[in-house]
Amino acid sequence: MTPDSRAIHPATDGPLADTLLNMGRFLRRGETSGDLRALFLEGGRSGDVFYRDRWAHDKVVRSTHGVNCTGSCSWKVYVKDGIITWETQQTDYPSVGPDSPEYEPRGCPRGAAFSWYTYSPTRVRYPYIRDTLASLYREAKQQHPDPVDAWASIVEDPEKARAYKSARGKGGLIRTTWDEALEIAAAAHVHTVKVYGPDRVAGFSPIPAMSMVSHGAGARFLNLLGGAILSFYDWYADLPVASPQVFGDQTDVPESADWWNAGYLIMWGSNVPVTRTPDAHFMTEARYRGQKVVTVSPDYTDNTKFADEWIAPHPGTDAALAMAMGHVILTEHFVQKRTARFEDYMQRYTDAPYLVTLDEHPDGLVPGKFLTASDLGGTDAAVPRADFKTVLLDQHGAPVVPGGSLGHRFTPEDEGTWNLDLGDVMPPLSVGDLADTTESAEILLPRFDLTPEAGSEHAGGTGVVRRGVPVRRVAGRLVTTVFDLLLAQYGVAREGLPGQWPTGYDDPTSPGTPAWQEELTSVPAEQAIRVGREFADNADRSGGRSMILMGAGTNHWFHSDTIYRTFLALTTMTGCQGINGGGWAHYVGQEKVRPITGYSQYATAGDWNRPPRQAIGTAFWYMATSQWRYDGLPADQLASPLARGQFDGRTTADCLVDSVKRGWMPSYPTFSRNPLDLYDEAQAAGKEPAQHIVDSLTDGSLHYAMEDPDAPENFPRVVSVWRANILGSSGKGNEYFLKHLLGTDSAIRAAESAEGSRPRDIVWRDDAAVGKLDLLMTADFRMTSTTLFSDLVFPAATWYEKHDLSSTDMHPFIHAFSPAINPPWQTRTDFDLFGGLAERFSEMARTHLGIRHDVVASPLQHDTADVMSTAHGEVRDGLPLVPGTTMAKLITVERDYPNLYERWKSLGPLTEKLGMTTKAITYHPDREIERLKQVNGVVTTGPYAGSVRLDTDQRACEMILAFSGTSNGRLAVQGFRQLEKKTGQRIAQLAEDHEGAHISFRDVQIQPRSVITSPEWSGSEHGGRRYTAFAINVEHLKPWHTLTGRQHFYLDHDWMSELGENLPVYRPPLDMHRLFGDGVPGTSGTSASGHAEVTVRYLTPHSKWSIHSEYQDNLFMLSLSRGGPTIWMSPQDAEKIGVRDNDWIESYNRNGVVVARAIVSHRMPEGTVYMYHAKDRTVDVPIAETSGLRGGIHNSLTRILLKPSHLIGGYAQLAWAFNYLGPTGNQRDEITSIRRRSQEVEY
Amino acid sequence: MKVMAQMSMIMNLDKCIGCHTCSVTCKQAWTNRTGVEYVWFNNVETRPGVGYPRTYENQEKWGGGWVRTKRGRLKLRSGGRLSKLAHIFSNPKLPEIHDYYEPWTYDYDMLLNAPKGQQTPVARPKSLLTGEDMKISWSANWDDDLGGSLETMQDDPILQKMSEEVKAEFEKAFMFYLPRICEHCLNPSCVASCPSGAMYKRAEDGIVLVDQDQCRGWRMCVSGCPYKKVYFNHRTGKAEKCTMCYPRIEVGLPTVCSETCVGRLRYLGLVLYDADRVAEAASVEDDKALLQAQRDIILDPHDPAVIEAARAEGIPDDWIEAAQRSPIWKLMQYQVALPLHPEYRTMPMVWYIPPLSPVVDVVTGSGNDGEDARTLFAAIDKLRIPIGYLAELFTAGDIQPVDAALRRLAAMRSYMRGINLDDERDERIANAVGMTGAEVEEMYRLLAIAKYEERYVIPSAHTEQAHALEEMACSLDFEGGPGMGGAGPFGSSSGPSVPVAVENFHILADRQTADRPSTPGRVNLLNWDGNGGTEGLFPPSSTTAVRETGKRKDDK
Repeated sequence: MTPDSRAIHPATDGPLADTLLNMGRFLRRGETSGDLRALFLEGGRSGDVFYRDRWAHDKVVRSTHGVNCTGSCSWKVYVKDGIITWETQQTDYPSVGPDSPEYEPRGCPRGAAFSWYTYSPTRVRYPYIRDTLASLYREAKQQHPDPVDAWASIVEDPEKARAYKSARGKGGLIRTTWDEALEIAAAAHVHTVKVYGPDRVAGFSPIPAMSMVSHGAGARFLNLLGGAILSFYDWYADLPVASPQVFGDQTDVPESADWWNAGYLIMWGSNVPVTRTPDAHFMTEARYRGQKVVTVSPDYTDNTKFADEWIAPHPGTDAALAMAMGHVILTEHFVQKRTARFEDYMQRYTDAPYLVTLDEHPDGLVPGKFLTASDLGGTDAAVPRADFKTVLLDQHGAPVVPGGSLGHRFTPEDEGTWNLDLGDVMPPLSVGDLADTTESAEILLPRFDLTPEAGSEHAGGTGVVRRGVPVRRVAGRLVTTVFDLLLAQYGVAREGLPGQWPTGYDDPTSPGTPAWQEELTSVPAEQAIRVGREFADNADRSGGRSMILMGAGTNHWFHSDTIYRTFLALTTMTGCQGINGGGWAHYVGQEKVRPITGYSQYATAGDWNRPPRQAIGTAFWYMATSQWRYDGLPADQLASPLARGQFDGRTTADCLVDSVKRGWMPSYPTFSRNPLDLYDEAQAAGKEPAQHIVDSLTDGSLHYAMEDPDAPENFPRVVSVWRANILGSSGKGNEYFLKHLLGTDSAIRAAESAEGSRPRDIVWRDDAAVGKLDLLMTADFRMTSTTLFSDLVFPAATWYEKHDLSSTDMHPFIHAFSPAINPPWQTRTDFDLFGGLAERFSEMARTHLGIRHDVVASPLQHDTADVMSTAHGEVRDGLPLVPGTTMAKLITVERDYPNLYERWKSLGPLTEKLGMTTKAITYHPDREIERLKQVNGVVTTGPYAGSVRLDTDQRACEMILAFSGTSNGRLAVQGFRQLEKKTGQRIAQLAEDHEGAHISFRDVQIQPRSVITSPEWSGSEHGGRRYTAFAINVEHLKPWHTLTGRQHFYLDHDWMSELGENLPVYRPPLDMHRLFGDGVPGTSGTSASGHAEVTVRYLTPHSKWSIHSEYQDNLFMLSLSRGGPTIWMSPQDAEKIGVRDNDWIESYNRNGVVVARAIVSHRMPEGTVYMYHAKDRTVDVPIAETSGLRGGIHNSLTRILLKPSHLIGGYAQLAWAFNYLGPTGNQRDEITSIRRRSQEVEY
Repeated sequence: MKVMAQMSMIMNLDKCIGCHTCSVTCKQAWTNRTGVEYVWFNNVETRPGVGYPRTYENQEKWGGGWVRTKRGRLKLRSGGRLSKLAHIFSNPKLPEIHDYYEPWTYDYDMLLNAPKGQQTPVARPKSLLTGEDMKISWSANWDDDLGGSLETMQDDPILQKMSEEVKAEFEKAFMFYLPRICEHCLNPSCVASCPSGAMYKRAEDGIVLVDQDQCRGWRMCVSGCPYKKVYFNHRTGKAEKCTMCYPRIEVGLPTVCSETCVGRLRYLGLVLYDADRVAEAASVEDDKALLQAQRDIILDPHDPAVIEAARAEGIPDDWIEAAQRSPIWKLMQYQVALPLHPEYRTMPMVWYIPPLSPVVDVVTGSGNDGEDARTLFAAIDKLRIPIGYLAELFTAGDIQPVDAALRRLAAMRSYMRGINLDDERDERIANAVGMTGAEVEEMYRLLAIAKYEERYVIPSAHTEQAHALEEMACSLDFEGGPGMGGAGPFGSSSGPSVPVAVENFHILADRQTADRPSTPGRVNLLNWDGNGGTEGLFPPSSTTAVRETGKRKDDK
């Protein structure tokens, strides 16, 4: 049919136009529409070629991004003519099954923009050194041909040292060669090890899961050297301390595809579309299955768009809301009615039925310690570790010591009884459930929610609630159950009990009720009731498929552990933990290294020497950056009104010193002398090194370094940073880093603590140390604050230029980084950097170090028998020093420094000899080692001939995959068999059908591979099910790694009692006004400079346009946002200071100054501002009027505050392990003042 | 009946998380090059908001699309072709660069190369128009996540149309995202606006393209498109627009924006339509009747008469089959998808499922059970997002079709909750919205489970292989290209125009081997570091005009 032969509808605007159009038709080949509106063309269209040419490439390479975003997404990287052009997401993940959405595609705009960095002007192409240091070093080399001597001549000369340290961060970077840069770095390491000790060397590189070998290569170098590896998960405040407290597990959560299974989803402080972008679709899609979605957020967040209900509590008051919901659930499902499913779950899987003693306190009775078999006397008390075997009552009221508690875990006599099988015992949740319980008692419980009386603000609004519990006497002690205490804590009244109880949900005077929370949170009581009720009803109807997806919004508070415990109480009391579609789902940080055993072996160099020096990052930085000098936070100000005075007169810094001295937490540098010298001293004295140290500590000739951090011998001297941007991102108290650690300009505005509020147990030197660090070296592919302030900058390969492995919590796959191109210019992979450094180090070590012996102070460690060092969690003073019990273990390690490089690149003998232990299960990879010899080849010459080669990144990947049960079915089965012996339960079937399976590096380069179920984790992927944490515990009766072996509501350590946190409790955000004299949030006034200023809460949630500081400098992201640092504020607050949208403002408090532009939005609640996390100072940051210096990063306004409960160790689940427990670098409680500044900015 | 096939897209706004991955992957693939720095073939707008370019929906100002004359004929709003030809050298309705945004970069180079000084080095912003320092005051996505703001809300053309007052208050905050690409209209006003005949609609799949050889840079298409989805390349002096990734579509791959949509909200497939009735449908009198008129010209691919007519037009059988399996056809049948601004009368073919949430808080706030289906339905008009706002976007202000779509989504949730929790299928819920339970479950599978093969049904290649399919490789041996020994320098303004793919590769290659990141004469705005001045960023002919607008901006 031709156009002309068809009827033409009179569609266009007139005959003249039609004529013109007809002309146009003759100008162009092709067919016009009948009515002459449109032109159709077919075939031979040369114009099309334009775009066809553009969409062209030579190859597509699978890789991913190593950025701690938790995404772990597999990407297609397009390459044309050896140039990376762009990337799009892979879509070929193994299927989730026919009735679920898939993981495809995974990725976000940040990841999609990554290739910009490859050729961007901020790419670090060559090694750099600051010119001041370069001149000094080159001069020194004229005099001292030996690099170590040359380095010593600079750093030991105060003038020279000050010269290059004070120039840090002020430009002047010049190109150098790899040879020179490695020479200086190696010399600095050798000099430090020799003079100050290997524990004065530290490495900061976070999140191995985001690129295991890149992390491990550096960690392995440092662990062979004896340097300290700094923890990051706690430092980032991503560690939910409640998880070790409640579960005895670092973090174990469902994969995102399991959200799909939830019937009710509360997103609590987790803005899923922004921070879990690739996974968000499971949430949006689950709504179509009828999932109800609730968001809890103080602002109108992105995820609120999807929510059926939005709850907007005041920032940091979330625990009050959760307590009120718990109040409703306990009332309606445990008291008014008894929901069988919930009760049954509480009996089997929680500490709720366990007995707790009630102890005398001057004002009455208070909850005390778990009753243990040792309290029962007689034969019960005579068994091994009776003091760690907790007790409950059976249905007849007789005390029973069930299996599965900590006391059963490490005692050979109890093999096969470490399980949750209660047999015929049906423990009553309440002692009141027993017919013959007649007694009750009034107990005292602390509260922290009161408004302090005028004039007694220092007391901080604490008080005491009197409530009653039913009690019995067991073995002469007055006891009740955890469940009874829980009802008392939540204010759930029962007939006939003494004490003060709320009159109903609408009683605002008594802690725990919905009306009470309304006064604290502003959330209507009705809403709290409704959501609590729905959450529980859904859990009941669906068999536990109610989920709380929680995140940094609630986890980054000082008291986040108590906030999280109130959340976990909800998911636990409704029987949701360990159920697909239910339970907690905490996503902050990409902490899950699925092949954890293999990775650990590689990174800790456990094949050569044990133990590694693993430090708690927060405490390290707190001391190294001298923030302790400004802090002075009195521990007793945090204490319960019912405390017994253990914190009296102590700051939180003193608690840290105490914790270290007791061996609870690690600390490096450890002692006031070089640990290599301590060994030699011991040899000279003819003593065991441990004894020598104990003697020296006792006679006062040796101290802990932490007791005098400003003494030069106690400084950390060399810090390596790779895969991180500590100075532009995670460094809480950024300005303190600049001054005290680096010795350069800073905008600190605070005065040091006055006499009287200084730490008691730390030497105060009036001249604070400035510029402690001799060398800061950083490897990166882009310029950040960290590279700007570094002495040496190494040009790193990007994620598209190396081999590595990636895994995450969010999905169950392991997949690969692969080089799309070779590292361009002079860039090198982290693997090659540390290989090169190790080689140079070993060369210099031949003359300067030789073989030495090092004494490592290793703390009492979780998942070992060490955790039975403190019976009943009783903290006693004046105990004799016994390494491994009352103080850290002191372990001698041989350091073969000249052979360090040879060791670094080959597999050592200890793997075969001692096996590899993860969470108390030891794997013996004998066959795997034989196979690796074939796959990787063996070292042919030298002292380690015949060992497996680990001299390339791919070979390291193969080792990691071979040595984990998640990627090697034989080891998974081997581990489960051990677990079967311990528990007496049949479990190994979870991995048996994969016993012959092994995932190789080639496999994960081809496609992401689903992991094998392994005892390294608590969930199961068996049969293609979705991973959820604790499925093995619930379904196979494997105990949690806690005191009772169950999930804990109650924590009975002395320090928990001192803090008033035995039970979940509401603690408000820190009152910075009371504690540090800051402004009161919500007030406005006039600043010292005469400007209108407003004082507000300062929160730093995660950004939409960056993952930490990564991408915040990416031009794509900047073009899609506002192109630089911004602070979000409410129209009301903006009005108070005359600020309009996009005006320049300054934000300042005692810690520093930030310059940013305002985003004024009614999405923000009045009294709170947001500066999105990790706004580095590198892009569009002017000079601040307030300081005269370059405006700071988001963490210029924060600093480190330690919470004593995070410092507890040596007791059951409250024991240290790397990234498992430690003080968090929380930053949410901060206050700032804001004013409009001159709109004429200078750079 | 003249049956034609149209490749179409539906985006489920109820799933859009506003992440902009689509924008970035599209830009990386297509417009990361000189002359189109400010261009986002795909962009995502936070609504309420003024969009990109600012207030593009205000046709009183921009004059895009068609209007119906008193005689019932269609006329380009901007004055018809005659008027266009008359004003061919001055086009007052053309958006200026500032209506998009003034592109910028930073002197990143300073971070590495700053000499020793007193302050920490910083990369400060530099205008890409003037090369001068600038304060960034608008971007490609300035409205992001605001949900309107006191500064811009009064300019949102949709809010201006609404009778209901919307206030910027914390308690009433709402927002949703609107990702936009070219609509590949059935009745494209851009094509009709082009005096050179350079714009065309591909016969086989309806994709609207600019022939780069024919384009003379009059920019009438920019004005003529009411969605402002045709852009002007300052370097080549030609119009460019979303191509629906035809090099991918042709080999059975979804568009870049679709495949990379991590919210999994995009659907691609064919529909068959009656080309003979397009004009008739586009010129119905009542704006509110346009939606139905457009629905009416979409043909049932299962209808034997349609199949026969399609074959007669030479549409191959596997295309007809693809149209039958098309998710677009299905979602149109469910009547949950709606076109964007049908009142522009261009018959747009990128449709949207309106956002449902949040709803229950409004209901439960009144004490009712928010999950009960009946209560839910009663609450649709009490959505946090005012339904009137959605109606102004999708139905020329007609509430009813939006309400019907939202009811079906709400019913699906309620019906499926019964299955999910209690294994009960309550047929009454489905019936209440004119569906059967089986239909609801089918719709649920398409919207929720949404497997790759069901989201994208693209003929001419087999989608079961689509994951693995790779595209035609490009040779550098194009006529005059480097492989032929005829390449000139690739500087921004020098030499003959070179296919963009090649240009991009070589600029990057130069960078890769450069000692310092700034290389004079090799300026790509998205890779530019702020050094080396701005000469050659734009061709001389357009530089003057752009500079003038830059000055005007400064004078403010």
